Amino acid sequence: MNTYVPILVLGALAAGFAIFSVDMARRTGPKRYNRAKLDAYECGIEPTPQPAGGGRFPIKYYLTAMLFIVFDIEIVFLYPWAVSFDALGLFGLVEMLLFVLTVFVAYAYVWRRGGLEWD
Amino acid sequence: MTGTIHSLWTTAADSATPLDKIPTPKIEYAQLSPVLIVFGAAVLGILVEALLPRRSRYIAQLGVSVTGLAAAFAAIVALAADGYASAKSHIAAMGAVAVDGPALFLQGTIVLVALVAAFTFAERRLDPLAHGRRVDSFAAQGSTVPGSEQEKRAVRAGFTTTEVFPLLLFAVGGMMIFPAANDLLTLFVSLEVFSLPLYLLCALARRHRLLSQEAAVKYFLLGAFSSAILLFGVALLYGYAGTISYGGIADVISGTAKMTPALANTTANDSLLLIGGAMVVVGLLFKVAAVPFHMWTPDVYQGAPTPVTGFMAAATKVAAFGALLRLLYVVLPGIRWDWRPVMWGVAIATMVIGAIIAVTQTDVKRLLAYSSIAHAGFILAGVIALSPDGVSSVLFYLAAYSFVTLGAFAVVTLVRDAGGEATHLSRWAGLGRRSPLVAAVFAVFLLAFAGIPLTSGFAGKFAVFKAAAQGGAVPLVIIGVISSAIAAFFYIRVIVLMFFSEPQPGGPSVAVPSALTSTAIAAGVAVTLALGVAPQYFLDLAGKASVFVR
Repeated sequence: MNTYVPILVLGALAAGFAIFSVDMARRTGPKRYNRAKLDAYECGIEPTPQPAGGGRFPIKYYLTAMLFIVFDIEIVFLYPWAVSFDALGLFGLVEMLLFVLTVFVAYAYVWRRGGLEWD
Repeated sequence: MTGTIHSLWTTAADSATPLDKIPTPKIEYAQLSPVLIVFGAAVLGILVEALLPRRSRYIAQLGVSVTGLAAAFAAIVALAADGYASAKSHIAAMGAVAVDGPALFLQGTIVLVALVAAFTFAERRLDPLAHGRRVDSFAAQGSTVPGSEQEKRAVRAGFTTTEVFPLLLFAVGGMMIFPAANDLLTLFVSLEVFSLPLYLLCALARRHRLLSQEAAVKYFLLGAFSSAILLFGVALLYGYAGTISYGGIADVISGTAKMTPALANTTANDSLLLIGGAMVVVGLLFKVAAVPFHMWTPDVYQGAPTPVTGFMAAATKVAAFGALLRLLYVVLPGIRWDWRPVMWGVAIATMVIGAIIAVTQTDVKRLLAYSSIAHAGFILAGVIALSPDGVSSVLFYLAAYSFVTLGAFAVVTLVRDAGGEATHLSRWAGLGRRSPLVAAVFAVFLLAFAGIPLTSGFAGKFAVFKAAAQGGAVPLVIIGVISSAIAAFFYIRVIVLMFFSEPQPGGPSVAVPSALTSTAIAAGVAVTLALGVAPQYFLDLAGKASVFVR
């Protein structure tokens, strides 16, 4: 049990800080009405319009985010390989090429199917 | 307090390997070739989608899938002939994947099932022409809202979702690794690799699209839950044993592993092992649809496009039972006194509840779903035996059951009316008078489900119950036989309905399928009868393939 005390203390401190900050902001900050403040937050860009009466909502951002994650993960794998590619030798090269190839196939699919077009 | 933490640091520093000591990994490409071929074909399928014009995709996809699956089966046979199923069986890919008898047998079964399923996926004669174009049982465009203008436009344009073929191949690849996985992370990754395509496939029905999407969402949510439970169990088992490899965990459980201070700390407490093992088993029981983790089965089987249901019902069960066998026989035999009573309970509940609820069903797809639950219970009886006979009987049962299931669902796709497939049982009344051949074929499959002699179902049930009885589970066998009798009641009821009741006016018609579905159904009948009339050869084959490598 004793080993967990530091992490519990850390959790309590974090929770306390969060509650304190939110409360202080509410008490001390000025409150001026602005329509933009009530909009959904989309990376600071003007929000994409929501459909009237339910139905489909645009998934452009999700697509972009998904693609970003795919290539981000590719970099995560490429970077350590690049650092020690001489130690990994031919095996590392072949495996890495196979890995990059599969990502490129997915990329080709997305590109040909119009996943990279915004509208 | 600081002392404890400090000791953790020091042990960690002691056991850490310097970076230059990490060995270069080695992959045995030849031994993994069946899986690699299937994944390669799947990637090729994606390229076909990306680069070929819409018109030529269907033929290309069908060609890639069939060629890939056939080549994978050839590779499996070559490996088995080379002795990898017995003498040369070993663990490939740095301890991640086992190449042994059960793995190769189950992979062969999965690939054959997928090959037959690919034929039913490709069937384009059953649905009426959509604006002059032949269409299959999959949605014109998966992303359109059901009933919307966009959907009508997609149907008018004659779109078809040819992505189902790569999705099928990805699912098959994952299913092939699942029973061969030799560490817990490979188990989890392969579970996800085959589950995610299945969730998508479930949502792609051309008819009754809302029902299909509902099924997919339910399957996805419950599947995600079960994956999370399995993963939590993996974490606890790792916490207990300090390793994720099957052999390593088994060594720690049996006490033959080298003791380190850290290991002595965690193994002093069995609760990590018991809870972790239970959670991993729960994740697998969800996939085999054992009671009480069966709730998703009827809804998903009913909503999914029928070719997908057939594939899922057959291949998922094979893969998941394979993984369950390996887990219980390789990793957890050391605590069998703990898991056996629980599995007894699960097996009894699965057999009895599956059989009893099936009696009240009025929809043929839901009926087959509950029957698959009951069958999961019968197979579990063989799993519990914990003997080589148990393994071989389960392998045989899985091979027999999967082809009966595929065939039965393929027949379901044929009986249609204006709204698509007529799945309500009352619509099947008198089918035997209108189309005797289709009704007779379906009767063969039902008799095999019921376990009537001269069908594969009888040989499978006999083998499983014999293994269970020899393993000391006589009460389980008695309950199994009783629930078989209950199950036989509703199978026979359908046969009586088809042959001995008057056809309704305006009842459904039986569509004439192309050679694809005919081949699939014929393969189902052939395997059912072959395994029923001459089971000994296949039982011997399963018996030779029943030793796990560790």
